[in-house]
Amino acid sequence: MAATRAAIGLWHRLLALLGSLLGVLAPATSRAVDLPGDKAEALVHSYFGGGVNAYGPAFLVRKSLMDKVSLSGTYYLDAVSNASIDVVTTASKYNETRHEFGLSADYVYRDAQITLGAMTSHEPDYVANTGNIDVTQEVFGGMTTVAFGFTKASDKVGKKNSPEFSDHAHHWQYRFGVTQILTSRWLASLNFDALSDDGYLGSPYRSARVFGAFVPEKNPRTRSSRAAKVKLIGDLGSFGSINFGYRYYSDTWDIKAHTAEAGWSRYFGEKWLADIFARYYTQTHANFYSDNAMSETVYVSRNRQLSTFNDIGLGARLSYNVRRVPGRYDVKLIGTYEYTNYKFKDFTDVRTGELYGYGANIIQVYLSATY
Amino acid sequence: MTMLRALAGAALLGATLLAGCSVPKLEPWVKPYERERLADPIMKLSRDSLPDKHFEHVRDVREGARGATGVQGGGCGCN
Amino acid sequence: MNTPTIARRAFALRTVACVVVAVAAGTASSAIAPQAQAPDFSLHSMSGPNMRLQDQRGRVVMVNFWATWCAPCRQEMPQLNRLYQKYRSAGFVLLGVNVDDDPSKAAEVATKLGVTFPVLLDPEKNVSKLYDLSTMPSTVIIDRDGKVRYVHRGYLAGYEDNYEKQIRELLK
Repeated sequence: MAATRAAIGLWHRLLALLGSLLGVLAPATSRAVDLPGDKAEALVHSYFGGGVNAYGPAFLVRKSLMDKVSLSGTYYLDAVSNASIDVVTTASKYNETRHEFGLSADYVYRDAQITLGAMTSHEPDYVANTGNIDVTQEVFGGMTTVAFGFTKASDKVGKKNSPEFSDHAHHWQYRFGVTQILTSRWLASLNFDALSDDGYLGSPYRSARVFGAFVPEKNPRTRSSRAAKVKLIGDLGSFGSINFGYRYYSDTWDIKAHTAEAGWSRYFGEKWLADIFARYYTQTHANFYSDNAMSETVYVSRNRQLSTFNDIGLGARLSYNVRRVPGRYDVKLIGTYEYTNYKFKDFTDVRTGELYGYGANIIQVYLSATY
Repeated sequence: MTMLRALAGAALLGATLLAGCSVPKLEPWVKPYERERLADPIMKLSRDSLPDKHFEHVRDVREGARGATGVQGGGCGCN
Repeated sequence: MNTPTIARRAFALRTVACVVVAVAAGTASSAIAPQAQAPDFSLHSMSGPNMRLQDQRGRVVMVNFWATWCAPCRQEMPQLNRLYQKYRSAGFVLLGVNVDDDPSKAAEVATKLGVTFPVLLDPEKNVSKLYDLSTMPSTVIIDRDGKVRYVHRGYLAGYEDNYEKQIRELLK
């Protein structure tokens, strides 16, 4: 009897708490979040490593209409020349081009920003269509920003020179993030993602190895994952700013991964901004992954992306302010370079039998104009 | 019987902790006019969306982990 | 479960619950209420000499709090300048209180935006604290008797029409 009364009392209090919480979450009367500013950007991106060369241009244009909506369009081109270890050991080098178009609209209402986006990516043998919605809301006097997002992607998987092969894949991503001002110099953010994949989740070109023989790989047709990331940014006055991040990932394929990042940014004079950053990533292998399976299993894969490995990356970015009129326009030229070294623990180079490893270079040249 | 006991215990616990709660008002402790340093671009969590998108794509293709990067929108889902 | 564990758990849970309730109850609200006397202040102006709010008694005063790092503030400036030019001869004065850490930045941006009304410098944030600003920008309209009549928090395109209406009403 006492327990029931206590339970009812607790329920009433929880309802009152929810009421006041919602009160705080309700938008303030006249505070406003800014629409994203107009801008035009051009990027030349490139990746060289492990026998794969991928490069291309990317463009972004953003314009606000009538101070109510901000529209943005993106185009991304990826010209890939693939002579990776998988390709050279089981097939022959190939070239492929991927085109990606994106469109998004941002709408601001008081303290909230709503983004709707759509994107389509085309490769000769893979078409992906994505739709997303993101809602960002400022609460607690602007000290806290809460963000929710959802993305749904539908892919059509094909195989070159095999018109009889046709399959689909569907992906759902649920995002939740909180950004919190800690002090006048420190910011923290927390991000949670839940991903769900369904359908054909492998590659029709990749082989697995069972008892030394190459067989087509077989992946499960579902995958469910969770990721959580925490990031901290601090202002060091004249020494610039530093940031730290850590992400934990785990999924139903038994992959567990840790990512640790750190970076430092500093202004040099009026026109230069330099960043250096480091990243460490480590993961455990999927439960059906094997470099050379010694038993018959329902699922088998030799995809090195699912193996046990780690990678360490180190990079630097230099930004030059070409023209700047505060409040009017800002033109920047930015160059970025990152070197990442991949070391595999249970994936071997079949040509030598040694554990595989390679270094990859990323170079970006980027021009950004905000007006 | 143990289940009911545990539930009752939890309910009592909940009631007592909210009962003894005096509510001090918690004001935003960093005033809007004190946010000059936070408004600087080097304090942004993600400064440039296009380059970040490229990095995210490279990681997605080469690593098993995905998500929680803070980059809005979706991946390309390509193989 | 033994009693010490329950007690410790209850304490921890109580603290967490209290924090959650406190955050829920706490909302930012400005202490400057309309009809109250506007707190007096004296600040250095960009051009050098001090300016005191009380010296403006008899005129309609608009105090606009802004900063160079605040985009809506910069958007608002040309509108405020226009209002100042239009009504200054009728007894209207506009005081732009800048809250940048570095006053020289304020001078640079104010000149670039073509600001003609007095810009006062509050790098110590004393006047900002006095007026308990909850938003940037904040605009306070004070009547000829030194009473706060309207408080505007933030800036959206179109706000200047409201300002103009209120200034005209107070100038009568």
